[in-house]
Amino acid sequence: MPQFDAVVVGAGPAGSAAAVVLARAGRSVCLLERGPFPGSKNMYGGVVYGRILDSLVPHWWDEAPIQRWVTRRATMLLTPTQALTVDFRTEAWGQPPYNGATAYRPDFDSWFAGVAQDAGAVLLTSTTATGLLRDGTRVVGVRTDRPDGDLEAHIVIACDGVNSFLAKEAGLLPPFCAANYTVGVKETLALPREVIDERFGVRGRHGVDFEILGGTQDVPGGGFLYTNLDTLAVGVVLKLPALAAQSKRPEEIVAGLKAHPAIAPLVEGAELKEYSAHLIPEGGFGMMPALSTDGMLVAGDAAATCLAAGIWLEGVNFAIGSGMAAGQAAAEALARHDTSAAGLAGYRQRLESSFVIADHKKLRDVPHLVLSDRVQKQYPGLVCNVVERMFHVDNPAPKPGLRRIARQEIKRAKVRLRDLARDAWIGAKGFG
Amino acid sequence: MSALGATWPDISFEDRMATVEFRVAPDAHITVDETRCRDCSTRDCITACPANLFVPTADGGILFNYEQCFECGTCYMVCNTEGAISWRYPEGGHGVVFRRT
Repeated sequence: MPQFDAVVVGAGPAGSAAAVVLARAGRSVCLLERGPFPGSKNMYGGVVYGRILDSLVPHWWDEAPIQRWVTRRATMLLTPTQALTVDFRTEAWGQPPYNGATAYRPDFDSWFAGVAQDAGAVLLTSTTATGLLRDGTRVVGVRTDRPDGDLEAHIVIACDGVNSFLAKEAGLLPPFCAANYTVGVKETLALPREVIDERFGVRGRHGVDFEILGGTQDVPGGGFLYTNLDTLAVGVVLKLPALAAQSKRPEEIVAGLKAHPAIAPLVEGAELKEYSAHLIPEGGFGMMPALSTDGMLVAGDAAATCLAAGIWLEGVNFAIGSGMAAGQAAAEALARHDTSAAGLAGYRQRLESSFVIADHKKLRDVPHLVLSDRVQKQYPGLVCNVVERMFHVDNPAPKPGLRRIARQEIKRAKVRLRDLARDAWIGAKGFG
Repeated sequence: MSALGATWPDISFEDRMATVEFRVAPDAHITVDETRCRDCSTRDCITACPANLFVPTADGGILFNYEQCFECGTCYMVCNTEGAISWRYPEGGHGVVFRRT
C-alpha cells in the first residue's frame, strides 16, 4: 500500500489549495516543499486576488498576512519622456470582501500551507522531488532527495512551478518555446510607511498597484510598481528571447524604469532591501501542457495557468483555482478507485467550467498581442503624442481637431491601418 | 536625467546580490559544458541571467558560479546550444531564500 493517497509537489498556492481540498475530503496528503519554508522560492508581480479563497477559508481576509488592500489601480503608458496614466480608485476595494491585496509571498504561501496542515496534510519542507516513481507508464509516487526518500501515492499532483521538471519527465509539456516565457525582475525598496502614504495618496492599509506598458527599453515586456506597508516593489517583466538578443542587463532595465520622470519621484531615496527574479509562463492557453496522465495531475505555473493579458495580470488566483480543481478531481478519482488518466478526466472538465480555462480561452490571443512590436514599440508613443497635442495650447494657432491629430500621429508612427484594425479586433474579441 | 537609460539610483551589483539570502548547497545544481560554450557565438546567458552568474573569460570560455542563483531557469531557456547548460533544483533546503517578495 502506498504511504499516502496523494503527494502534492510544491507548497505554493496551487499545491496548498490541492492539499486543503484533499485533506478535507479525508485523504492522506503529503505536501512537499523544496525550500526551507513555503514561499521561500516564490516571487510575483504583486497582487493576490483573494475571492477564490472564499469557499476554502471563509473570512480569509481576517487571517491572511496581507500588506495592503489595493484601492488604487493605475495603468501607465510610458515613452522615454511621456506618461499617460489611467488611474482608478474605489473605497469598495478597501473593505470586505476586498478585491486585490499586496502580500509577501513567503508570508502568504506559509500561511496558506498552514491552512493545509490544519486540514490534516503533512508538510515536508527542505525536500526536493527529484523524479517520478513509475509502474509501467503509471505514476505511482516521487523520488525525493531525503534518505530513503521514495514517496509512493495513488496520485501525484505536480505543482512544482514554471520549470516543472515533473511535467517534463511525464512527457506532458508541448514543444518548448522560449518566447512563451518572460523573466520578472523585482526590487523590494524600503521607505517609511508615512512617506509611502503621502507619495501614493493612500491611508491606513490601502495601497496601489501600477501596471506599466513601455519603459522596458528595447525588450518587449512591462513594468509594475506597488506598495507594501513599508516597502515598494518595482520591477519589469522581459520577454526571454528578446532580452537575450540585446545588450542591456535586467537590473539596468529596472534602473531605467526607476529613473523615468514619472516613476523617479515615487521611488526616490528608497533603500534596496531585496532583489529577486523568477520566470513567468506568459503564453496562456496555447502553451498549457496536457493536464493529466495515469496517476498524475499538473496545476499552477507548472500548467501555465498564469494569466498575462495586458490589463489583467493574475497568477496566484489562477494557481489556487487550478489547485482546487485538481484536489477535487483527485478526491473523486480516489473515491472511485480509478486514478488512471480517464479517471482523472474530471480535472480538465472542472477547469473548463471555471474561470481558469474560460478566461484563458477567451484571452488566448491577447498575451501575444501585448508582447507584439506594435503594442510595445509603436502604440505607447502614438497614444502619448495624441494626448500631448490634445492638451498642448499652441496659440495663436487654433486648436486642431482630434481626428486630424490621430490621423497624423498614426502616419508618423508608421502604423498601418489594417494592422491597427486587426489588433483592435483581437483586443475586442479578448476583452469584449 | 529625463530619459530612459539613466541608471540612478543604483548600487553595485555585489551589494545588490548581498540583499538576498542564499543557503549554498555543497553541490552545484548548474553544470556548463565548456566545450559547447566555446563554440557559441551568441552567449545569451551572459546578458539574460538576472544574477549575472555567467562571465566570459579572456580565452573565450565561460566562467559561472551557482552559489547566488535565483533558480529562475532563464539561462537554460535562452541557451541556444542544446545541452550546454544542465540545470536542476538544488538540494532541498538549499539555494535562494526569499523574504519580502
